[in-house]
Amino acid sequence: MRFMLLQNYGEVESHCAPMPEWKPEDIAAHIEFQHALNRELVERGELVDAQGLAGPEVAKFVVCDGQSPPVITDGPFPESKELLAGYRLVDVETLDRAIEIAAAASAAPGHDGAPILQPIEVRQVMSAPDPEV
Amino acid sequence: MSTGDGTEELLRRLGPQVLGALVRRHRDFTSAEDATQEALLAAATQWPRDGRPQNPFAWLTQVATRRLVDEVRRDDARRRREDLVAAPSGDEAPAPGGQDDTLLLMELCCPSSLSPASAIPLALRAVGGLSTREIAAAFLVPEATMAQRISRAKARIRADGLAAQDVLDDPHQPERVASVSHVLYLLFNEGYATSTGGDLTRTDLSGEAIRLTRAVRAERPDDPEVAGLLALMLLTDAWRPARTGPDGELVPLADQDRTRWDQALITEGLALVTEALGRGSMGPYQVQAAIAGLHGQAGRAEDTDWSQILVLYGLLERMTANPMVTLNRAVAAAMVEGPDAGLDLLDGLDQRLGDHARLHAVRAHLLERAGHPEAAIVEFRAAAARTANQREQQFLTLQAARLARQTPS
Repeated sequence: MRFMLLQNYGEVESHCAPMPEWKPEDIAAHIEFQHALNRELVERGELVDAQGLAGPEVAKFVVCDGQSPPVITDGPFPESKELLAGYRLVDVETLDRAIEIAAAASAAPGHDGAPILQPIEVRQVMSAPDPEV
Repeated sequence: MSTGDGTEELLRRLGPQVLGALVRRHRDFTSAEDATQEALLAAATQWPRDGRPQNPFAWLTQVATRRLVDEVRRDDARRRREDLVAAPSGDEAPAPGGQDDTLLLMELCCPSSLSPASAIPLALRAVGGLSTREIAAAFLVPEATMAQRISRAKARIRADGLAAQDVLDDPHQPERVASVSHVLYLLFNEGYATSTGGDLTRTDLSGEAIRLTRAVRAERPDDPEVAGLLALMLLTDAWRPARTGPDGELVPLADQDRTRWDQALITEGLALVTEALGRGSMGPYQVQAAIAGLHGQAGRAEDTDWSQILVLYGLLERMTANPMVTLNRAVAAAMVEGPDAGLDLLDGLDQRLGDHARLHAVRAHLLERAGHPEAAIVEFRAAAARTANQREQQFLTLQAARLARQTPS
């Protein structure tokens, strides 16, 4: 089963300061934690893809009716906290395992090394149907 | 590794034969698989450059044996060294044995301690001869991820060394043949579920499952459940050309263009299951094959022998106690006795199946047929919201929309 583990720019439940205000070693520890988690997922044969997305500051919204030129809106966006910050796509045997990975990601170390309690959205990726008999 | 001179194809065929020879001689499955992979890699780089050896099988076996011996020398495990010392010297000119090792290798890949999801990729490489890259592409994961998945599966088999020795000492025990069958069945389903017909870059996993099951059947011609499994695969695969529309959308069995079914597969599957059932030892694969066979024999959907299918689902339900079988029996009951009979059967299922998309979908179909369009719309929408299956979701959403337009609210 495939799951997308999503995190956005919204408030984290530890209410810690935003990353640019952390000590350099805390930022380094956070980044190393993410790398280590990805390495573990590769070693377990579960990682399909993991990506961080460039920030809301450089995001664009595009709307088009298919006839006229597209309407392009540049940031900043009032709802930027709802924008996706990054994702992991994992291929695991059970929902429980996906939740376990999400829990690990949620507990990433933040300001002063305390867990940042990042909410992780766990969404199953759709697949194709089984045989009918 | 595409060399364009048939080397890839030859290596794919010889790899499992080399592994079989090594396992029989040295009795160490996981090290033999490592060594075989290394020999295949050496061949893929050297043969195109230096020319293909006169006896490719002997070349591969020699290289793989050397790697295996090297590895064991590096390894301090005394037991394994003694095994090798006790083994024959290997001076005789190696040639592919008359025997096929598919079943033996499958049994080694599918111990009960390994989940089918872990066993399948290993079996595809060790027994199917596919490369890690091809397997990764078939499952749409990166090659590094798939390589790790296979090496973890092997680590688990290595840790449970006794199970592998049991397989070698006493091969083809019925319960092991049953777990091999289960893994092949899941491999077939994996391929069937993901095939879109037009995607030629992905390995045909269903075809691979059929090929391996044929090989297992050739070794166990008297096992009616192996015959039943092969029949089930062939009969189901026969529908594949009609199963998806031009844009990959799902076409349900009842609406398929039956002239596009593969009649040769249906004929072969029917002959197999008829012969198996004649042996008088009925099992779940034979029953499912018989059901698929009844569908396959119906030239039009309305010609389907639903009373016979209803009886068979009843039989299958008693064999497996699987709530999904009960769900299918409810569909058959509705066809024979009317939608209300089907709906009655569903009532007991909520507790066993929970809030399941298939249960909502079947209930929706039966409610529509029973003349309750509004309730059917609610159930179609509930099913669409819960399915983890995109084409099914599109199909169910369309059904709800169609009914909503016909039903002024």
